[in-house]
Amino acid sequence: MNFDFNDDQRAIKRTAHDFLTARYPAATVRALAGDDRGFTDEQWNELAELGWTGLVVPEAEGGLGLGAVELVVIQEELGYALAPTPFFSSVAATLLLVAAGTEAQRERWLGPLASGEARGTIALWDEHGAWSPDQSEVEASGDTLTATKIAVADAAAADVLIVAAADGRHYLVEAADPGVRIEPERSLDPTRKLFKVALDGVAADSLALEPARIAHAYQTIVTALAAEIVGVAQHAMEMAVSYAGDRKQFDRPIGAYQAVSHRCSQMLLEVEGARSLAYWAGWALDHEPDAAARAASMAKAYASDAGFRVTASAMQVHGGIGFTWEHDLHFFLKRAEANAHAFGDARWHRDRVAELSGV
Amino acid sequence: MDLTLSPSELAFRDELRAWLLANHPGREPVGDEAAFAFRRDWQRQLHAAGWAGVSWPTKYGGRGATLIEQAIYNEEVVRAKAPQAANVLGLAMGGPTVIAHGTEEQRRRYLQPILSAEEIWCQGFSEPDSGSDLASVKTRATRHGDEWVVTGQKVWTTFAHHAKWCMLVARTDSDAPKHKGLSYFLMDMDQEAVQVRPLVQITGEAEFNELFIEEARIPHENIIGGEGNGWAVAITTLMHERATLAFGLQVSAQIALNELIEKARSTRANGQPASEDPVIRQRLAQLLIEAEVLRLNAYRGLTAIMRDGVPGPEGSLGKWHWSEVSQSLTELAMEIAGPRAMLAEDEWTYRFLRARANSIEGGTTEILKNIVAERVLGLPRMR
Repeated sequence: MNFDFNDDQRAIKRTAHDFLTARYPAATVRALAGDDRGFTDEQWNELAELGWTGLVVPEAEGGLGLGAVELVVIQEELGYALAPTPFFSSVAATLLLVAAGTEAQRERWLGPLASGEARGTIALWDEHGAWSPDQSEVEASGDTLTATKIAVADAAAADVLIVAAADGRHYLVEAADPGVRIEPERSLDPTRKLFKVALDGVAADSLALEPARIAHAYQTIVTALAAEIVGVAQHAMEMAVSYAGDRKQFDRPIGAYQAVSHRCSQMLLEVEGARSLAYWAGWALDHEPDAAARAASMAKAYASDAGFRVTASAMQVHGGIGFTWEHDLHFFLKRAEANAHAFGDARWHRDRVAELSGV
Repeated sequence: MDLTLSPSELAFRDELRAWLLANHPGREPVGDEAAFAFRRDWQRQLHAAGWAGVSWPTKYGGRGATLIEQAIYNEEVVRAKAPQAANVLGLAMGGPTVIAHGTEEQRRRYLQPILSAEEIWCQGFSEPDSGSDLASVKTRATRHGDEWVVTGQKVWTTFAHHAKWCMLVARTDSDAPKHKGLSYFLMDMDQEAVQVRPLVQITGEAEFNELFIEEARIPHENIIGGEGNGWAVAITTLMHERATLAFGLQVSAQIALNELIEKARSTRANGQPASEDPVIRQRLAQLLIEAEVLRLNAYRGLTAIMRDGVPGPEGSLGKWHWSEVSQSLTELAMEIAGPRAMLAEDEWTYRFLRARANSIEGGTTEILKNIVAERVLGLPRMR
């Protein structure tokens, strides 16, 4: 029994932390938030050189073949730095292809996705569809697909789209297909760009119908997202604690008042709880697959609530300055809140927890 | 990361589990005296089989268990719904304090009878005017030759009427700053000068007592950790209280939660099982998640202790978080009970009332938040 990362995982964490804090200072994050593309080729290539793009791809197919725990480690640091990057979207698509790509799809795409030459994303939400992430009504007609998907993250940066359809089916669509139209949407979180994707009779190449493997991929995705929220919340908490120690009112640091300090203690309770669950879910995905579905949903449900609450509470600690555009805190709040709704919100995942626990 | 038990830890667990199954004494009898005798017998049985004082070093009669084994022990005992040992305060707090701060002679004198439940221990820390602010205690001890004469009042003293020894914190130097003027005594309860009065709580029971001390006598050799050092010794006792509690607490929360889910399934509300109600399902799921956090944080805390020798930040959160889980669990139970919530004979009505103390006993939530803010987050002190 040991809740610590091993030496390799610790090394990944240290590298990720040092690299990301050096490359994504607040001014860079702010600049990218205001930029339409939202990342540079140089930034992307650096992530690829670190091997991160190939993290979840098996070694035989050009990747590092590492597990969910390593992905959790990197995602937490990406969240901490609030790095604007299409990394997570591309890894999510890669995970689905690793899980259920046909032989031809794997051969064509896993190498380039692993090396970072290509990027992917998942198109999940129907335009007027269900609120639940597993209930798309999109159906292919023969080999073609016509559908509209909303809130597709990083679609403009993607070469390959994995489109969720009815009955748990998924289709691979190439972004270069002439029937694909990608329009920017205004995203709540400006550090992660969202798009409307209209598909008009595009060539639809079905992934294998492997419900268990696809479910495992989604569990990895929500766990990775939960870990990202942990990093976001950790950083917002540190900002609040630091501000509460510096800012003086009525001749004392505001952190000396229990109304403020207890708020900060509550942040720690929620950040550590979210962290424990995300680490556990990562471990379960790699080592105890039977527990993974429940662990992943617990991690995402808890982190979704905690991410919003901690960042909102940090804003309250900052008072008026925290509500200004000029202050960085709103980027954290927006990322936390947007993540809370991606790939199933707290309510949806709690429902899963109830079901999987036999309630 | 490895969240599985090693072969030797599994062997420890299986041995204990089998022993508990074979030796479980059944349901505790009703009534204070009968229940206490039952717990005393149970502890003798534990002791005879080497299951009392698992965390204590073997040279003092314990089992010398690793931290993980202690955690397993606490989990298994709760899981088996085994009775509490009669001398719980001696085993969890008094013994470890004597081991840490006592002289070799004191260890020889006091430890063995704790294990065998021959001498029961109680704790005389809180006073009517000293709750969270423990260092402000007013009970005074004055030295007369080889003896100390003690006068004062203590409150929330569990098992006082069964106890032979009281871990007593008293002021021995009223001129010293408040944390410096305290000493930690072992007071013989068997004297006229110590009067015990049961304190009836909101559930109608009397788990706790008040202690009226009027010129009680304590030999000088009964000071633990030296004169004027009472604060440091008391902190050791309190740290043992919180550290060892965490594991039992999280398992008891899991068990209560399973019982609550069962209750939600079997209770009909508006023509369907209460467990089908979407709001109740959401709240049950949230409790399942929070209970999992308690379990994981307890293990993370353990890993931190093994790595750094001290509990990590998660350690300070356990008791606080547990009290919230325990309270919301019983509040949800009352909602599920519907009109039956008005009936006092319902088991959950009792639990609902008892849980109100969870955020007060063993460190109030407010004090725990102060500790987290000041010592973990490094925020400025409020005073």
